Amino acid sequence: MSTILEVKNLTRRFGGLVAVNSVNFTVNEGEILSIIGPNGAGKSTLFKLISSFLKTSGGEVIFKGEKISNLSPHVVARKGIVRTFQETTIFRSMTTRENIIVAHHLRAKASLSGYFWGSAKARRDEALFADSADEIITFLGMEPIADELASNLPQGNLRALGIAIGLATKPEILLLDEPFAGMNHDETMHMVDLVRNVQKERGVTIMLVEHDMPAVMKISDRIVVINFGEKIAEGTPAEIRNNEKVIEAYLGSEDDAIGI
Amino acid sequence: MNTKKWLLTLVFLLIVLVGVPWAINASGRWDFYYTLTSVALLSIASAGVWLTFYIGRINIGQGAYTLIGGYASAILVTQLGVNFWLTLPLAGLACAIISVFIGLPILRLRGVYFAMVTLVLTEVARLTALALPITNGAKGIVSIPLPAELSLFGLTIIPDFATLENPKLAFYIAAVIMMVLCYAALYRIVNSRLGHLCRSLQQNEELSASIGVNTAYLRVIAYSISSFMGGVAGASFVSISQSIYPSTFQVVDSVNFMLNCFLGGLGYVLGPMLGTLMLYFGWDLLFTMGKYQLLIYSSLIILLIVLLPNGILSLPLFNKRGGGPK
Repeated sequence: MSTILEVKNLTRRFGGLVAVNSVNFTVNEGEILSIIGPNGAGKSTLFKLISSFLKTSGGEVIFKGEKISNLSPHVVARKGIVRTFQETTIFRSMTTRENIIVAHHLRAKASLSGYFWGSAKARRDEALFADSADEIITFLGMEPIADELASNLPQGNLRALGIAIGLATKPEILLLDEPFAGMNHDETMHMVDLVRNVQKERGVTIMLVEHDMPAVMKISDRIVVINFGEKIAEGTPAEIRNNEKVIEAYLGSEDDAIGI
Repeated sequence: MNTKKWLLTLVFLLIVLVGVPWAINASGRWDFYYTLTSVALLSIASAGVWLTFYIGRINIGQGAYTLIGGYASAILVTQLGVNFWLTLPLAGLACAIISVFIGLPILRLRGVYFAMVTLVLTEVARLTALALPITNGAKGIVSIPLPAELSLFGLTIIPDFATLENPKLAFYIAAVIMMVLCYAALYRIVNSRLGHLCRSLQQNEELSASIGVNTAYLRVIAYSISSFMGGVAGASFVSISQSIYPSTFQVVDSVNFMLNCFLGGLGYVLGPMLGTLMLYFGWDLLFTMGKYQLLIYSSLIILLIVLLPNGILSLPLFNKRGGGPK
C-alpha cells in the first residue's frame, strides 16, 4: 500500500497552549485510519489542520507529494480531501437530494455565467449531478428520505447525509468528525457497515475522529492515539489495545473505554 | 418555467403595460404614473438587497449604491454629454466595481456585524457626495436633461423623451420593463445552480467551503450583482426627478430597501417587488393620519414582521399547492 497523506511535525499553538505538538504519521491509500484520544487531546484541531480550516504554526501536511497545509479550504477540497463536521452540519432547508446535488460542485465543468444562461455544458452538468445524486442515494439506502427536508431528519440519517455530501465530491480522502457520536448501538453498527462499504466499494481513504471505542476497534485498519497534542501510539487495533501508554492515557476508565 | 408560470407572467405584463395605463387614463389620476414608476425602480434596488439576503447577509447599505449610480449617471449626462441610456449600464457597472472593493473586506463579516458596516456605507456615500467638487456639494446636480434618443444604425429604438407628449407614461413603461428584466434575471439566478450555491452559503458557509465552493468569490459576485441593480435603479430615479442631491438617498432609504424584502418574503423572488408596492402605498395611504402617520406605519411593520416572519408571500393565499419559493 502506498502513502497518500503524510503529516510531518505538524504543530498548532493557540496563544500559550500547544494544541497539536509536532505530530507525525502517514495514511495509506484505501485504509481506514482512526484518530483517538481523551477529550481535548487535539484531535479535532488536527482534522482542521489537515483540511486547512486552520493555519498551521509549524510542520506540514503532504498529499500525494504536494504540500497542502495553509491553502484555502476550498482548494484543499478541490484536491480531494473533504471533511464532514462534528456537529450534524448539513444544508438544513434543502431536501436530501438537493443537499447531495449541491455538493457536486467540485465536478462542475460549466462556469457560473454558464449556469445563468443555461449553456449546454451547464445542462450536461445538471443531468450528471442528478444521476449521480440518485446513485449515491441508492448506495446509502436513502430512497425513503430523498425528498424530505434535511431539518426534519433524525440524527442517524443526518450523519448518513453528511457522508453522502462528502461522497458527492468524489473525494480521495474523507475526513469524518465523530461519525458515531450520539448514536445507539444499532445505529452505530449500521453506520460502521456504511463507512466500510464506502471504503471498500468506492476506494475512498477514510480518516475519522471518534470516541466510541468499540466502533473504532471494529472499523479501523490502523489507529493513531493523541494525548495532550502529542502522538503517543500508532498501530493496529490489537496493538493499541495492549499499549501501556494508551491504557495510561485513558486511566480510570481504561478497561471499558478501549474495550479490553 | 412551466406553462402556468408563463401564463401568469403574460397576465402580469398585460396588467402593468396595458391595464394600468388604461386605468390611469380613465380615472385621470396622472400622479399615479410617478408613484408606480418609483415603485418599479425602488423594487429593482430592493431586488439587489434580496440577493444579498439570499447569500445570508443583511444588507442595509443599498442606498449608497443607488446614490453612487445616480451621481454616475448625472455626471456622465451633464458633464460629458453621454446618452442617458448608455449611462444606465455604466452606472450599474461603476457600482459593481466599487462594491467589489468594498465587499472583499466586509463580506468576511457575518450577521449583525455585516449589517452594521453596511449601515454606515450610505452615510459615507452621502458625506462623500457633499465633499467632492464633481458632485457639486449640497447644491447637487440639477436640471439634468430628459433621456435623449437612442438609435442604432439610424433606427430609433427609444425616442427622445423631451419630444414626447407624455414623458410620464414613457418613464413608467421603461421602469416596468427594467423591473421585469431585473426580476427575470433574479428568477434565473435563484432557479439555476447559481441559486443553489447561494443557498448553500446562506445555510452553512463552512460546509460550503468543504465541498469546494469558493465562498469568498461567490459572495463578492452576488454582492456586486446586488450593487449593479442598486446603481441602475438610482440612475433611473435621478433621470425622472432630473436632479440629485447628497440627500436623495439616505440611511432611511437603505432601511426601506431591506424592509421591502422582509415584508414581501425572503424566500420568494417576487417578495421585494410586492414589499415595495405595499410599503410605498401603505406610507402614502397613511398620509391622512397626519402626525400619527409614522407611529401607525412602524407599528404595522412590527406587527407584520412578528405575525408573518416569512413575509406576505408566505400566506396560504399565495401557496395553494403548498409549493416553496417561486
